[in-house]
Amino acid sequence: MKTCLVVDDSGVTRKIARRILEELGFDVIEAEDGEQALEACKRAFPEAILLDWNMPVMDGYEFMVQLRGMPGGDAPIVVFCTTENGVDHISRALAAGANEYIMKPFDRDIVAAKFQEVGLVQATLPEAV
Amino acid sequence: MTPPDYEYLRKLLKDHSGLDLSTDKQYLIESRLLPLARKAGLVDIGDLVQKMKNGSISLIAQVVEAMTTNETFFFRDKIPFDHFREKIMPEMLQTRAGRKSLRIWCAAGSTGQEPYSLAICLKEMGAALSGWRVEIVATDLSNEVLEKSRAGIYSQFEVQRGLPIQMLVKYFKQTGELWQINPDIRAMVQHRQLNLLHDFSQLGRFDVIFCRNVLIYFDQDTKTSIFGRLARTVEPDGFLVLGAAETVVGLTEAFKPIADRRGLYRPEGERAAPARPASSLAVLPRLAMAGN
Repeated sequence: MKTCLVVDDSGVTRKIARRILEELGFDVIEAEDGEQALEACKRAFPEAILLDWNMPVMDGYEFMVQLRGMPGGDAPIVVFCTTENGVDHISRALAAGANEYIMKPFDRDIVAAKFQEVGLVQATLPEAV
Repeated sequence: MTPPDYEYLRKLLKDHSGLDLSTDKQYLIESRLLPLARKAGLVDIGDLVQKMKNGSISLIAQVVEAMTTNETFFFRDKIPFDHFREKIMPEMLQTRAGRKSLRIWCAAGSTGQEPYSLAICLKEMGAALSGWRVEIVATDLSNEVLEKSRAGIYSQFEVQRGLPIQMLVKYFKQTGELWQINPDIRAMVQHRQLNLLHDFSQLGRFDVIFCRNVLIYFDQDTKTSIFGRLARTVEPDGFLVLGAAETVVGLTEAFKPIADRRGLYRPEGERAAPARPASSLAVLPRLAMAGN
């Protein structure tokens, strides 16, 4: 089973994300800020990271820059999930190594669509009738 | 919503549009019709049903339209666009190399996500199409839907379903919470109002037809008639793309599936018998609304 690390300082958001990701077949681990997320990545890289931008202690952008600098740190697929929905933020995240970008608010359909985009989830199609 | 109200709406939709809701789609009705009820100054679905029972024709039309307009998204189902990039376009580049022109029809263009996805695919091909004249014609029954398509303005929610973030940044301009597709992509798509039940030969012939998720709303005879007319509209070496849940099997000999390319069809040499527009079915005018 693939693991997804959910990084968000909001417990409510982490809970919603956990429920969606578990439905999509992921093992979910949580971190409340970038520093906790880095600790988790030092133990073992997850396949996917759902990453908030604005957090206390260490923000999501700083975390990703450090992650991408770690040996093997280019492997996890990073999907930002943030209220920062301006093109400037999106472009900056992509340039620094983000794979996808979700603008909050999000729901199951958006997470599933974005995870399909980066190959983390298989698309399911209806049977022909 | 009470069970009798739900049953009333189910029956009404079936009679007016062919839309066949299963018994558990209360949430769908609430999400589509509650905004409509509020707009009409009504409190809830119960009020709405009462007003319809009192004979509000305009309200009935609005309810049918709200329920039959399918939601759609960019690069919906992915696979048809893989076919387009990997099979259709490489072949077209060879077979049309002489005339360097290509006509594509989105027969259920809806709010524009499908035609614009195709336009983006073509744009991504870059120099391979340099000097080519490519037309994308998007048709839909509803002028309201076509207006939205022409404007090319989408909500944050809409641009996050199916569109890779890199393409969003590259091909859209952000205006507050909304995103508008760039003028050069918009200019690649022409819009026309059209009911598939009526004659569409005036559109001319096409090399590729996308006709996804609209035929499911028609009965068998109408489907067969439309397939016959589509076969005379597509070039003999062209392609037809159907929706993921659609097939020609048992409906027409005018198209044959292409092996290992789900949803992709070619016209057969022997065309189906001439079929006039199914005028007897004009009682179902809302049908062609749905789709992509």
